Amino acid sequence: MTSGGKKGTFAVLVVGVVLGIALWGGFNWTLELTNTEQFCITCHEMEVTPYAELQETVHFTNRTGVRATCPDCHVPRPWIYKIVRKIRASNELYHHFVTGAVDTEEKFEAKRMQLAQTVWKAMKDTDSRECRNCHKFNSMNLEKQQSRAADAHDPYYWEAIDGKEPTFTCIDCHKGIAHSLPEGFDPTWNSPETTEQ
Amino acid sequence: MKKMITTLIGGCAALVIAGAAVAGAVESLRGDQELPDLSKEPAKRQQLVVRGGIERSYKLQPPVIPHEIEKDEINLKVNTCMNCHSEKTFEQKKAPKVGDSHYVTRDGKVQGTLSSRRYFCNQCHAPQVVADPLVENNFVGAK
Repeated sequence: MTSGGKKGTFAVLVVGVVLGIALWGGFNWTLELTNTEQFCITCHEMEVTPYAELQETVHFTNRTGVRATCPDCHVPRPWIYKIVRKIRASNELYHHFVTGAVDTEEKFEAKRMQLAQTVWKAMKDTDSRECRNCHKFNSMNLEKQQSRAADAHDPYYWEAIDGKEPTFTCIDCHKGIAHSLPEGFDPTWNSPETTEQ
Repeated sequence: MKKMITTLIGGCAALVIAGAAVAGAVESLRGDQELPDLSKEPAKRQQLVVRGGIERSYKLQPPVIPHEIEKDEINLKVNTCMNCHSEKTFEQKKAPKVGDSHYVTRDGKVQGTLSSRRYFCNQCHAPQVVADPLVENNFVGAK
């Protein structure tokens, strides 16, 4: 009896492990599949406007041929934030399949300001976390940057000005670097010092 | 009659040969290359970046652009040059401000923002590449 009970426990364990690998692995596999540029541009909304614009920018084509894909900037890497973002994406699916909110270029243009501001706010709130996956202050060679950029990225320069580290984050100055800016963009929006003083 | 035709043919042949000789002596800037041939691939040039800008060569010359502009976008909706050169941001970005004349409309009214007839910056302001002149040039700009 006892040996039969042990066998049963063992069987449950094996089945559990196999099922766990299959289900969790399958879940993660699907998650990664939806985390590719190929998946993003299966929707024409993404392909004809944001993806087409990206191809003109330095994040798609540059000297060294290193490039960013959609999820590199728009999907967080830490697991919990990634899941939250994936759940929020159901809203995008709803608008793609049901309302067709941006299914023509005209509609996209009409909503561009709102869309852009949503992304800018998200990046501001996370201290431009996705930018910093690749761009690190410690690895920046300020000697190789142009003088204005070097000053803006140099913490010593900032301290010399007002004695404290800046609270700005990447997106505060670098809006519209991977997609076109919306109509009505105010130049001061890329110049946080002028707006926050 | 026969003699005349022979002379004419001979004359034409002489002209063709002489023409070819003269054509061979003149070489165009694109090199000694037959017209129907594909042109040679131009050397790849980097855009010139000059700290502090490039002096004007003559009075009223639209200043040339001393930096890269390939990331900039000028269309009906946005003009990213104005991110740094606008009246609101030039001081903070340490960029030269767009000239006062650019705020005047064709009717002579002064506007708070760029006049639409001065909107397309690179119609007059050109970026420069790192390149030596093709031919020697001793032009001296007005000081």
